[in-house]
Amino acid sequence: MAGKTIIRFIVLLLLQVLVFNNVDFNSYVYPAFYVYFILLLPFETAGWLLLLSSFLMGLSVDFFTNSLGINAAASTFTAFLRPALFKLLKSKKEYVPGITPGIKDLGFRWFFAYALILIFAHHSVLFFLEIFNFNDALQTIHRIIASSVATIILVLLTQAFFNKKEK
Amino acid sequence: MRNLIAFLWKNYFFFLFVALEVVAYFLIINNNFYQRRVIINSTNDMLGNVFEGFDNFSEYLSLSKANRILSEENARFYNMRPESFIKNDTTTFFIDDTLYNRRFKYIAAKVISNSVTRRNNYLKLDKGRNHGLKPDMAVITSDGVVGQIIEVSDNFSSVMSILNNNSRISVKLKNANHVGSLFWDGTDYRMGTLVDIPSHVLISKGDTVVTSGFSHIFPEGKYIGIVEDFNIGTGDSFYSIGVKFSVDYNKIYYVYAVENLLRDELLQLDENKIAE
Repeated sequence: MAGKTIIRFIVLLLLQVLVFNNVDFNSYVYPAFYVYFILLLPFETAGWLLLLSSFLMGLSVDFFTNSLGINAAASTFTAFLRPALFKLLKSKKEYVPGITPGIKDLGFRWFFAYALILIFAHHSVLFFLEIFNFNDALQTIHRIIASSVATIILVLLTQAFFNKKEK
Repeated sequence: MRNLIAFLWKNYFFFLFVALEVVAYFLIINNNFYQRRVIINSTNDMLGNVFEGFDNFSEYLSLSKANRILSEENARFYNMRPESFIKNDTTTFFIDDTLYNRRFKYIAAKVISNSVTRRNNYLKLDKGRNHGLKPDMAVITSDGVVGQIIEVSDNFSSVMSILNNNSRISVKLKNANHVGSLFWDGTDYRMGTLVDIPSHVLISKGDTVVTSGFSHIFPEGKYIGIVEDFNIGTGDSFYSIGVKFSVDYNKIYYVYAVENLLRDELLQLDENKIAE
């Protein structure tokens, strides 16, 4: 499990800095796909490890984008929300150790709500920190929504693709 | 004391969160808000090499376009060579003329990473301190202005693009000669916003916008773009002008870093004035 998570860390980091940071979707759309790493950390991940690994993920992305601290802050915030969100989102299944927060173990509706809330929270912090003022709040919100939609589509597609493969 | 430790331990998740956010906050303040005082950033050579490797690949895909741009530029330089001119006057002059001091020095560099989709965009160049690049040098292409260097390492440098929240460039309307300030509002990477032009100035669509040279960074008269639309808010005494950039920032391959050799002298003069 740990090895898989480390590999996922590296792959998502490379995908983010080499692919998603360079693909020109639209000036409003910037999919921070690396959040997928935080989404998929196992349930039994200790609190400190959850926060530190998310912080590290954000910081690594920051190193490549000349925006030191911004992605780190957004990722840490996302990680902080995660345990509370688990309590909030009821699932038919217990969160037993060994299952991962994914469509396969907990169903589409659960995962969709989970991913949507965390991605939206992450992008909100990210884009407001990047602008660092509230003058063009409407434009920033526009940007947050468009990017969140893009990220969640990518996350759901990835989920669908990898679930099929494992069957 | 023991209670305090117990309390901290019990709620360590929250306190660790706060601690990490504080760290991130300081990183943001130190490295983003004061762009020029960047301490650790992606200009360091290791990351530069990663980008260069990746860029070699993407450059391969756009070779033909780059070739075309280079040959156009070559043609222009051929046109500027002395052989291309005929000498009309017969006045004698000294070859070793002291009337002219070199003011701007151009250094060609290749772009190894670039973005236009973020709110704050940066470029990376494959030349650095070893090649004579310094912070606060202007970066231009043959078509117009790109930005200014904010950080250099030995072999690479980071450029703050015009497409950046922190970028303000002093520009003027070429015909009217009125000076304003150009920034980017973050919506469309082809359009900038020009402000501070008073409302009595006559503008028309298609007017040329060039650098004013007042910032001591950009040479005067570098092409920026043309006026696309303009309006005055009710009760405002200044225009808000949409400027269409002459450079397509999404396809910049080769740029020139421009050093103003007299900049220190100009800054010294400004400082003396303030001190008085």
